[in-house]
Amino acid sequence: MEFETVIGLEVHAQMLTDTKIFCNCSTKFGGAPNSHACPVCLGLPGVLPVLNKKVVEYGMKMALATNCTINPSNSFARKNYFYPDLPKGYQISQFAYPLAEHGYILLEINGEQKKIGITRIHMEEDAGKLMHDENNPVSYVDLNRTGVPLIEIVSEPDMRSPEEAADYLKRLHEILVYLEICDGNMEEGSFRCDANVSIRPKGQEEFGIRAELKNMNSFRNVQRALEYEVKRQQYLVENGQKIVQETRLWDDAGGVTNSMRSKEEAHDYRYFPDPDLVPVMVDEIWIARIREELPELPLVKRERFVKDYQIPTYDAGVLTADKALALYYEDVVKLCGKPKQASNWVMGDVLRFLNEEKRDIRQCPISAKSLADMITLIEEGVISGKMAKDVIDDMYKTGKPPQDIIKEKGLVQITDEGELIKTISAIIEASPNQLKDYRGGKEKLFGFFVGQVMKATQGKANPQLVNDLLKKMLT
Amino acid sequence: MELYSLTIHELQEKIKNGDVSAMQIAESVFSRIDAVEERVHSYIRLMKEEALAAAAKADENIKKGDIQPLTGIPVALKDIVCTKGITTTCGSHILHNFVPPYNATVVEKLSAAGAVFVGKANMDEFAMGSSTETSYFGPTSNPWDLERIPGGSSGGSATAVAADECIASIGSDTGGSIRQPAALCGVVGMKPTYGRVSRFGLIAFASSLDQIGPFTKDVEDCAIMMNVLAGYDPKESTSVKTEVPDYRRFIGGDIKGWKVGIPKEYFVEGIDPEIAAAVKKAIAVVEKCGGQIVDITLPHTQYCLAVYYIIAPAEASSNLARYDGVKYGLRTADARDLMEMYTKTRRQGFGAEVKRRIMIGTYALSAGYYDAYYGKASQVRALIRRDFDEAFQQCDVILTPTTPTPAFKIGEKTDDPLQMYLSDIFTISTNLAGIPGISVPCGFTAAGLPMGVQFLAGHFEEGKLLQIASAYEKNAAIEKRRPTL
Ligand SMILES: [Zn+2]
Repeated sequence: MEFETVIGLEVHAQMLTDTKIFCNCSTKFGGAPNSHACPVCLGLPGVLPVLNKKVVEYGMKMALATNCTINPSNSFARKNYFYPDLPKGYQISQFAYPLAEHGYILLEINGEQKKIGITRIHMEEDAGKLMHDENNPVSYVDLNRTGVPLIEIVSEPDMRSPEEAADYLKRLHEILVYLEICDGNMEEGSFRCDANVSIRPKGQEEFGIRAELKNMNSFRNVQRALEYEVKRQQYLVENGQKIVQETRLWDDAGGVTNSMRSKEEAHDYRYFPDPDLVPVMVDEIWIARIREELPELPLVKRERFVKDYQIPTYDAGVLTADKALALYYEDVVKLCGKPKQASNWVMGDVLRFLNEEKRDIRQCPISAKSLADMITLIEEGVISGKMAKDVIDDMYKTGKPPQDIIKEKGLVQITDEGELIKTISAIIEASPNQLKDYRGGKEKLFGFFVGQVMKATQGKANPQLVNDLLKKMLT
Repeated sequence: MELYSLTIHELQEKIKNGDVSAMQIAESVFSRIDAVEERVHSYIRLMKEEALAAAAKADENIKKGDIQPLTGIPVALKDIVCTKGITTTCGSHILHNFVPPYNATVVEKLSAAGAVFVGKANMDEFAMGSSTETSYFGPTSNPWDLERIPGGSSGGSATAVAADECIASIGSDTGGSIRQPAALCGVVGMKPTYGRVSRFGLIAFASSLDQIGPFTKDVEDCAIMMNVLAGYDPKESTSVKTEVPDYRRFIGGDIKGWKVGIPKEYFVEGIDPEIAAAVKKAIAVVEKCGGQIVDITLPHTQYCLAVYYIIAPAEASSNLARYDGVKYGLRTADARDLMEMYTKTRRQGFGAEVKRRIMIGTYALSAGYYDAYYGKASQVRALIRRDFDEAFQQCDVILTPTTPTPAFKIGEKTDDPLQMYLSDIFTISTNLAGIPGISVPCGFTAAGLPMGVQFLAGHFEEGKLLQIASAYEKNAAIEKRRPTL
């Protein structure tokens, strides 16, 4: 039987506000346990939440960037459950009236665009963290993370393969980071994902029974977990067994998903409107202001790069995956006027250096100006492309501009025709046999002469000039 | 006249004239407390040391000519408002040792206005009750008859004023918890509009209904207290940014031509005949003052109690979830795991009435029941509110009895929660609608128990309430009696 996979994702993104969603505590990661926790964070009796407007604005940015409709009156609800990392015994979230609904983002799949629906985006507070003593039966509670603002982005079950899911996740991540509302750090948990996955026989309308997957803290793990889960479900169906609706945890080391005990998930959250907060009223003026603040989004930027710079879609994709990289690339282009060459150098050498050291473009020692200068120096024939390979290596190591490196190493290209003619003449004289054979039709030997000239000039000869001169002088 | 028996405005005159010092007033109040507290039990905790220090400070300020609205006035605080560094128990075992690191906004405001805090007043546990019998720290007695309850949940705040153990006090009112004990103890009590007084630092019972308000010896004092308490608070999202008038200017205003609504649903069988008669007299006084009596209807009145006993416990079940033994308050000594710590702490820490309401509320919010209970109750609540909106199209204020009966005997209704809940039948709708209400003494029963008449007005119309209450107070000329203690 052929199966179709159905996947929906729930993403929690931590908002990059300085302070928490309902108090003035810092959102900084790290810090001594409970050093960023006030009476509101601690859920002391009598204290009350006051909404941080910034969180609403950040959420609105995401809503607009994902084509959602913002609810003019959205409101908070309490999600009730007991756990020591939840000081109030409830999490303030949104339920019946989320910030935004009915959006979508576009994926590029095999050269075609596919719409993935966004069901809703809502705001909520994060919980704290438990630390268990390994030697004693004691647990400690750190409430630094309590009240850190999150938005939850819930997709429609529109993805049909683990690759699509991973792609959706990357696009969402890209948008959040572009908007500068989330740092996107998956290891520190600023970007978390749960997945709902089911399978159904191809052609069937009705959804299968789904499993909810948790504990996947990288793009790769999301894809691996989904791939495993799809196989597991297919195996069950093919062997006449039933799929049960449950929450399953991804075990990274084992490469499998395991069922969480049903007791732990048998929650009745008893959602009801939080009486301590008033509805968030969002008018058109506010929306228009936020819309104006939106930066150019990745997809638009990608299309513009292809059109304006005449670079391949793939290259545009790589260059726009990181907003800072796109900015860097555009700076280089502006300074040297050579978009294709700029793209080759950025995508080739610059990204290779950075990847080797796991750095990002913000930490690149080669400034956009230096790279642009280097490209110009090649264009002007001051150095050859081959020489440039050495030059850029040094630029990365030292952070020096190309002009300095060329001067220090004496790398300036020989473009003096007279000097080169002299060198070539000497080589021709010293290689009578090769000359004879060449003239006799062994055109391959042209390369031999080029090599000899380069050797004699320590590679500094302008290759184009060498070519032209050799062609004249060998015939 | 002893100083403790005077009102705020009387004492202020004396302070301004240099006739008395804040210290003399404080000492007078504490001597009264020494004499009667053992019998009345208004307080969970007295703050004598802090009070005398505050009085000394007040005297320094008086010398400098810095006299604020409450300078040197001894005020009692219901033990539900957080006081920095002073145990705040909410009448519960689970918070018996809780010391807040902050003051409630009203405490800050009173303090800035020069008030001298006498102590933390007794109350029903988590404000759940109408008799102050559910307090973990034992019941409070009605000063007019020590065998009887003072009402609740702010019973201690009411008796502290009635027994002259303070000059004024702070209570909280979720379904009548200020007005009902004020009526049963023969003092003035106001529940302001929801959003008028900050709830920051008020330990939550039912957040959409809770409101802080004053107990005073007369209506003018109520206005003085409201001037201090009212106002927007950036720390409280439901507090409202509307202008606060000088409430004192409503005192002594006449009510000629005012339309006073009498809702027929509040004058039904089951009211104590003496109360019915006293309220009838009150209506006559209002008429004599120039008020025009109009019959009105509040058609959804019959649902108020049911709606209240779904919404209030639902919110409470969530508000009280934080008392889990993890961070502060009681934690059971013998728990082997987390679940046992939760269950034992809460079993030991909460009294029967609190447990009952947590269970009712949890049930009302549960999957499968939410729509039928909480959802429906919220819809009916909107209708109750609309009843009042429509009524206030026809009248300026509404007049009703505050309670259906005078104070009952301690222990009389503890085994019958439904009978107990009926004590708030005339006060609950106010909280559901979010409007202000005031209870003013309207006489005594033959047995010498006080009774109260309640006035209600539209949102943020506290001024109107003070105006009619003061007009009534002046013209009714209720006999000035003091409890014999
Ligand atoms: Zn905080």
